[in-house]
Amino acid sequence: MTLLHVRDLTIEDRAGAALVDGVSLSMRAGEILGLVGESGSGKTITCRALMRLLPGQGLAIRGGEIRFDGADVLAYSEAQMRAVRGRHIGMIFQNPASHMNPVMTVGRQIAEGRRLHFGASRREARGHAVELLRQVGIPDPARRVDHYPHEFSGGMLQRAMIAVALACEPRLLIADEPTTALDVTVQMQILRLLQDLRDRLGLAVIFITHDLGVVAQTCDRIAVMYAGRLCESGGKRDVLAAPLHPYTQGLIDCQPSSEGGVGPMPTILGQPPVASRFPAGCRFHPRCGHATAQCEAGQPSMRMAAGADGHSVACHHAADRPRAVTRPDRDAIASA
Amino acid sequence: MHRYLFVLWRPVQLLPVLFGISVLVFAMMRAIPGDPARMLLGVRSTPEAIARIRAQFGLDEPLWLQYVYFVRNLMHGEMGKSIIYRVDTLKLVDARLPPTVLLVAGSVLLAVMIALPLATGAARHRGRVLDHLIRLVSTIGLGLPAFWLAIMVILLFSVSLGWFPVSGYGSDWLERLHHLFLPCLTVALALSAVLTRNLRASLLTELQSDYVTAARARGASENRIFWRHVMPNSLIPTINLLAVNIGWLIGGSVVIETVFAIPGLGQLLVKAIVSRDYMVVQGVVLVFALATVAVNLLADLLTVALDPRVKP
Repeated sequence: MTLLHVRDLTIEDRAGAALVDGVSLSMRAGEILGLVGESGSGKTITCRALMRLLPGQGLAIRGGEIRFDGADVLAYSEAQMRAVRGRHIGMIFQNPASHMNPVMTVGRQIAEGRRLHFGASRREARGHAVELLRQVGIPDPARRVDHYPHEFSGGMLQRAMIAVALACEPRLLIADEPTTALDVTVQMQILRLLQDLRDRLGLAVIFITHDLGVVAQTCDRIAVMYAGRLCESGGKRDVLAAPLHPYTQGLIDCQPSSEGGVGPMPTILGQPPVASRFPAGCRFHPRCGHATAQCEAGQPSMRMAAGADGHSVACHHAADRPRAVTRPDRDAIASA
Repeated sequence: MHRYLFVLWRPVQLLPVLFGISVLVFAMMRAIPGDPARMLLGVRSTPEAIARIRAQFGLDEPLWLQYVYFVRNLMHGEMGKSIIYRVDTLKLVDARLPPTVLLVAGSVLLAVMIALPLATGAARHRGRVLDHLIRLVSTIGLGLPAFWLAIMVILLFSVSLGWFPVSGYGSDWLERLHHLFLPCLTVALALSAVLTRNLRASLLTELQSDYVTAARARGASENRIFWRHVMPNSLIPTINLLAVNIGWLIGGSVVIETVFAIPGLGQLLVKAIVSRDYMVVQGVVLVFALATVAVNLLADLLTVALDPRVKP
């Protein structure tokens, strides 16, 4: 069953530049979707739009449709929207330290959602917060519930923030680079926790990241964004093992290899464009090695790739190039 | 250290400050030109009489011994006798303390009552007419000289409208509040301008915080976010600013009490200085210093209570 359906989502800033342009996504319950792209590719804005919490001033949803559980989210009033936020869609953030109120105990921040959405008493909500802290693996939760955010380590705080997001048993969890600020061992723990929660609660998770290694470990499906547009989406194995878009290909090639190759790391030449100056045609064409006159002229739309289930790509020349061009160690990542 | 222990420990930490104050006050009084004994006896006194008085007040002892006596007497609650009034300084201070305390407390209360809604209104309507208006008014409030403001307030509320007395201090509580309202308002107008600007800026900074976004993502309403999350965080710097300003206010009571003829410590201090009533000057300065220390102590304790990140 489709839990979330986004169609042709377009978000513009005050000047009318489309920061997110025609993005379509679809998610089922219990699915983990990796939303991948460089900084400024629009992945965070896209996810904030799902909650109608666009960052900064002057950003507005200009077109498209967001359906959550069949209901049109964009038609909701602000009060209706508040009833969805935290209740049906939870969100965790990149930097747990700054996303927690420093002068409120962690327990009360976890309890806040419960009190708002279920009208729980202070005592009930506190008891529930202790239980949640236990669930996300915080030792001695009955004591920790009364601690302040600065008394938690980064990893512990990220767990606490997951507990905040889970307080009302939402159906969709948006995780905006939840592991970027953490060190590698803690990263692993958080990723396992998210997978575990998905398995136990049937949670759908949108995982925003630029780390393909993380995607390879956690996600079921991948959507790649570039300059505000979706350029490729599909099952994790399909996309990582046989990327169809030159940008996805480039991203995969940029991952450091475990074999420790000699020489400079491969990079994608050039810079991602800023929103006000997106190039005409395919937005990736100035940095693409395969670009032709057709790429400069027209924007490619997402099309199903032949032979692969649900694997779509927005590239004029996807069909022309041979598939499966990844290096052997990439396949190792993909099958992890 | 446990947070509650801090309430006991912080005053102990202030002992060196208190020592410094006592030395400073003592030294200040000795550094002022003029001889208290001659002041007391008049211009035509004999050298023998002066020597006798000096001996009586211990003024012929070495300076360090005088300091020891000074501190010992303080411990016993003795601040010497007033040369002019012929009573214990402590009695004088005791009688003059309530008007000053009322004046300062009333001014602070009024200033907070003005600043809180103004800062809230400005921050919640950022960039709109209300915000610009409040900023304009508070900027003007900052720029107005206090003495001019006092005159304008008197002209408007006492002379034209006749709502409040021009000066003085009543005999019962209601009358006192009536008399103190204008001086409090004068001080509060200037103080609230500072507080409003500071709190507005602080609120706006906190409103941009990530934890506000996180609270929104939890489904909290804008009202709840403002009062439960943003306000407690924003008050912390403003409380410290207020503490600094109260210290300044205590000193400023000298001017206000003179202008409005309030029989408080400030007025007592001015009279004592003019008549070289050393013991009284010393006593009042000491009380002012202690009050300033006490206010800052209170602000410290309040900060610790409000901000769990502050390590006691």
